[in-house]
Amino acid sequence: MNFNLAPNESSTLTMEKPKAERSTWSEFLVESSIRVVGFSTIGFVVLIFLFLLREGLPIFYEVSPGNIFGTRWYPTFDIFGSLPLILGSAYVTVASILIALPLGVCTAVFVREVAPQWTREILKPLIEVLAGIPSVVLGFFGMHVIAPLVRTNLDAPTGLTAFTGALLLAYMSLPTIISVAEDALDAVPKSYRDAALAMGATKWQTIWRIVVPAARSGIATAVMLGMGRAIGETMAVMMVTGNAARMPLSFNSLFMPVRTMTATIAAEMGEVASGSVHYHALFGIGIMLFILTFFINLVAAKAIFKKRYRGGLR
Amino acid sequence: MDKRKIGTEEAKQVTKDRGQIMEDGSRQITMQDEHQSSGLHPASSVAEKIRVERLNFYYGSKIALSDVSISILDRRITALIGPSGCGKSTFLRCLNRMNDTIKGARAEGTVLLDGKDIYARGTDVVELRRRVGMVFQRPNPFPQSIFENIAFGPKVLGLHRDKKDLTDIVEQSLRGAVLWDEVKDKLKQDALGLSLGQQQKLCIARSIAVKPDVILMDEPCSALDPIATLQIEQLMQSLKTDYCIVIVTHNMQQASRVSDHTGFFWLGKLVEFDSTELIFTRPRQKLTEDYITGRAG
Repeated sequence: MNFNLAPNESSTLTMEKPKAERSTWSEFLVESSIRVVGFSTIGFVVLIFLFLLREGLPIFYEVSPGNIFGTRWYPTFDIFGSLPLILGSAYVTVASILIALPLGVCTAVFVREVAPQWTREILKPLIEVLAGIPSVVLGFFGMHVIAPLVRTNLDAPTGLTAFTGALLLAYMSLPTIISVAEDALDAVPKSYRDAALAMGATKWQTIWRIVVPAARSGIATAVMLGMGRAIGETMAVMMVTGNAARMPLSFNSLFMPVRTMTATIAAEMGEVASGSVHYHALFGIGIMLFILTFFINLVAAKAIFKKRYRGGLR
Repeated sequence: MDKRKIGTEEAKQVTKDRGQIMEDGSRQITMQDEHQSSGLHPASSVAEKIRVERLNFYYGSKIALSDVSISILDRRITALIGPSGCGKSTFLRCLNRMNDTIKGARAEGTVLLDGKDIYARGTDVVELRRRVGMVFQRPNPFPQSIFENIAFGPKVLGLHRDKKDLTDIVEQSLRGAVLWDEVKDKLKQDALGLSLGQQQKLCIARSIAVKPDVILMDEPCSALDPIATLQIEQLMQSLKTDYCIVIVTHNMQQASRVSDHTGFFWLGKLVEFDSTELIFTRPRQKLTEDYITGRAG
């Protein structure tokens, strides 16, 4: 043992100097390459946005504002009213969040607060897997299972409605909502639970009156992130919402076809002439979508930041 | 063979130890009775609130309390002192069964509250915790308004008849904790905006809002500055007239200032329990004396 140790020690001693020099070099290399990669990511985002602006901005002076923000979308007749698309996206997204929020929060509460250890260990990875299902697969599922169900149960002329899309989107945003909300519940200090229990509150009273309200900013973040995912979703929505560009103005519109911004771009981009007005109009919608999701994510990020800041103070 | 031999020897050792402590415990209880009869506490005004008999407590296989017997009087402040990890906080949390929330924790023995065993089958733990309130080491108000903090307990327990009643309970509780004058104009504000001392008073007010019999305090002043500490101690003196208070403290000066009785814990055992005056002037056990004078612990 001793014999083995001694040569080792001496070798490390002799190696020490060149090794140190090499490590500063490799350190420098690694550091600068990481920096390049990091900055290039930001650079790509900026470039994409610039590209989007270059292709999309022309529509705002090629066509009158009254036309762009009109209520009819007939690109073949040079009528580019984007309002039905914006409202369609908003309608489907809000409806999906209204469905996903209670489900997501309840699941998070169950996973974090109620489920025994072994159930939690099974459920958490399952929820992660849920997030990995390709949206086109979900779209298939929506077309062939949910849409017929909606049609027969609601006695509607078609199953491809805003409601079907909302159901599917709710399902797709659930993993995000559950995992972020669960983290938020996890971050609630044990001392709150102790205090409530020590006062004679039951487990449910503690959860609903103390733990969930204390995690509300995190839950709001979860909803915003889920919304960001829902509004940007394309494939599944295109497959199940029916894609009729009509103004969804009443509650009944929920059970009629709508067309979202994303579906419009995806469906029509293949058949427009590059550089045409229609082409610019689609990119214009892309700009609107970008700004919308940007703000939603900004609000979500701000809430996360605020939570961390307060958590640090405590 | 060897192993088994060692095992039995250990077992013998343990039973021997327990035997001693049992003797000690019983002696302490009689001592307590002596005090009562000798006129230190006129028996007419003082009743026994909590009686603990031969309590053992385990975290999994690790023993945290062994053979603790103690008698805690109503309308008195009982202080529990001892070094960190000696089991005094564990003991305190046995009294309202807060240890139930810890996985693998287990209690043996009896804890009588007004003569009823709280570890008996069918005990309503929620009702027990209403009767035995708790104030924690760090002030832990809920991230809600001051009013909501106090109103939480009465609301979940359904102690109020109407809104007016609830407002009254909140006011009484805050007055009881000598906090009313400081916060009466900002009941709607976030409780986390208060100073730490005020937050701890709020926690005390919150615990008296559900009208408990006993208030357990787990090092309530360890996060506070000296002035806030003094205020909490004064508050404890005024609460003493209505409640049975048990306080765990690291601070021996605090124990000697505020308490009527003091128990000294060492390695999970109650070494000595007596009137505070006797503990701090003429302790019977050498270990107690060493700890109090700073030679041990």
